[in-house]
Amino acid sequence: MRFARLLSLKNMKRKPARTAALVLLAAFLSLSIFGGSLVITSLQNGLRSYEARLGADIVAVPYQARAKGTFESILLQGIPGMFYMDEQYYEKIKTIDGVERAAPQFYLASTSSGCCSVAVQIIGFDPEQDFTVQPWIRDSYADTLGDGDIVVGSDLTIPKNGTLTFYNTQCRIVAQLDKTGTGLDTAVYTNMNTIKQMMKNAESLGFSYFADVDPDHAVSSVMIKVADGYDVSEVTGDINVHVRHIEAEQTTSMISGIADGLSNVSRIVGGLTVMIWVLAIVILVIAFAMISHERAKEFAILRVMGASQRMVSRLLLTESALISLIGATLGVALAALILVPFSGAISTALDLPYLMPEVGAIVALAAGALALSVLAGSLTAAVSAYRISKKEAGLILREGA
Amino acid sequence: MDLRAEGVSRRYFRQGKGRNFFFAVQETDLTLPAGNLIEITGRSGSGKSTLLNMLAGLLEPTTGRVLLDGTDLYALDDGKRSILRNRSIGVIPQGQTGLHSLTVLENVKLPSLMYDRQPCSDERAEALLERVGIAHLRDVYPNELSGGEMRRLAIARALVMDPGVLLADEPTGDLDDENTHAVLSLLRQCADGGKAVLLVTHEREAAQYAHAVYTMSGGILTAADQG
Ligand SMILES: Nc1ncnc2c1ncn2[C@@H]1O[C@H](COP(=O)(O)OP(=O)(O)O)[C@@H](O)[C@H]1O
Ligand SMILES: [Mg+2]
Repeated sequence: MRFARLLSLKNMKRKPARTAALVLLAAFLSLSIFGGSLVITSLQNGLRSYEARLGADIVAVPYQARAKGTFESILLQGIPGMFYMDEQYYEKIKTIDGVERAAPQFYLASTSSGCCSVAVQIIGFDPEQDFTVQPWIRDSYADTLGDGDIVVGSDLTIPKNGTLTFYNTQCRIVAQLDKTGTGLDTAVYTNMNTIKQMMKNAESLGFSYFADVDPDHAVSSVMIKVADGYDVSEVTGDINVHVRHIEAEQTTSMISGIADGLSNVSRIVGGLTVMIWVLAIVILVIAFAMISHERAKEFAILRVMGASQRMVSRLLLTESALISLIGATLGVALAALILVPFSGAISTALDLPYLMPEVGAIVALAAGALALSVLAGSLTAAVSAYRISKKEAGLILREGA
Repeated sequence: MDLRAEGVSRRYFRQGKGRNFFFAVQETDLTLPAGNLIEITGRSGSGKSTLLNMLAGLLEPTTGRVLLDGTDLYALDDGKRSILRNRSIGVIPQGQTGLHSLTVLENVKLPSLMYDRQPCSDERAEALLERVGIAHLRDVYPNELSGGEMRRLAIARALVMDPGVLLADEPTGDLDDENTHAVLSLLRQCADGGKAVLLVTHEREAAQYAHAVYTMSGGILTAADQG
């Protein structure tokens, strides 16, 4: 409708302060709901990818006070760390009833001194036994890793020559993994032979990582898959009872801490969003009521010229829809501008796995937030529009009224 | 076009306790024949604007009917009545009525944008501004106009659809003598051109332009002695 569109644009232009204030309110609507849902979705994604990357039912680490904490720091924060136990424990775990598969992993932190290109977490796996790492590597690299080959996490920058050196072992980067939103994004994966070579080099370079464990026979952790028909917690208990000096933990309980964190953050983000919405909508409703009261004479003049009550209501609704559209677009853009480039900082601040959905999903979220905000923002003027449509123009036209 | 009021009255409720109401306009008959300028004078508060707004289709009478060429305005729904007002009834309301977000020229053209596929041309709108003597102000916003200029803008706007009926509520209120006569003779020209014109005014000189003069007093309309 030409009349409403033309006049609403002019009204908005001629009252820039009023328009800006309303646009800002509408922007809060979409900013909060898009930002909030993007953060929550990213956290859910992060949890899912963390769970998937763990890929085992039980994880066993040496029973040292620090081992478990170090392990979770490696996975979640990407803080390089290491701990070792003799491989006899691994052998013992394999004999426990209900253990279907057990795969050792080897952790080594590289250093920033001359022998290493970069200080990162190196994770070695036994290609024969492994069932948690290789499925992921296969997404990015179809072959099996040869000796001296490494696969790197998504956050590492690949040097021009395509190689990285760790403890004087030069490795060829054959692939880069997809982002997980966890500490694993800065890790480097390699096979058992390569990491054992690095471990031996580290020892001969004088790094005393191994205490009383022989690096040739050292493992860091054991990933365990429980056979069908066995109860995971019982098997975990059995391992803890029968294999001394190690601690086995169900991955579900490791994840439950993160899930708790996620639901806390979700509750806070959700609560904030609801608060912002209630506040913004109440203010918008009041603002439109005040504005339309103030504009009663203007609307009566339109009626004098022959505008129907419906046209006048529609004018107000068009204005509120345009304002909501502009505001909501700004809000979505602003949220994207904050959340997309700073996702790393948000992840660090929340200290939880944080993985942004794919572009398509982000766009869908943005479109949904936009539609919802425009709808809500437009409707805030509906009460006022209805009230205007019920007023007799002849009553308003009296001078001074 | 003829506009006729048959037994129209309007009751208002006073603020306050109880059923405290009064009639601002008592049951009134009035005919505005095509080609005539009818003048209504009367004290402030006597009910002139109330009657004019009822004639314009802007205020529903408590009793009676308003007929435009036989069509009962208040038997129509608001949408149809509004279209009819847009096409056939030019209203110059009391007071300042420029829309502040539009320029003078845009204000004048606005009625033609409401329903017509073919809006009024700039040339036609400018010619109207010329007729009321504010063509030089076409791109100015109403907040920069004087009271008299604003009144003349309202007159140009009321004429843009070339309506059969013209209802003017104190159109010369803010004007000096020279402009008062210019506006009154413009209204007379409209009547001579075939429009039915109602002029509500305080001006004594207005009578010389009118075909008939009525006086409103306490909601009662009586024909004044001519000349
Ligand atoms: N909406 C209203 N509610 C109550 N009283 C009103 C209302 N509109 C007008 N009146 C009263 O009706 C009388 C006639 O008003 P009006 O038609 O504006 O007079 P005039 O145009 O002759 O000055 C006045 O006493 C005025 O105070
Ligand atoms: Mg009056």
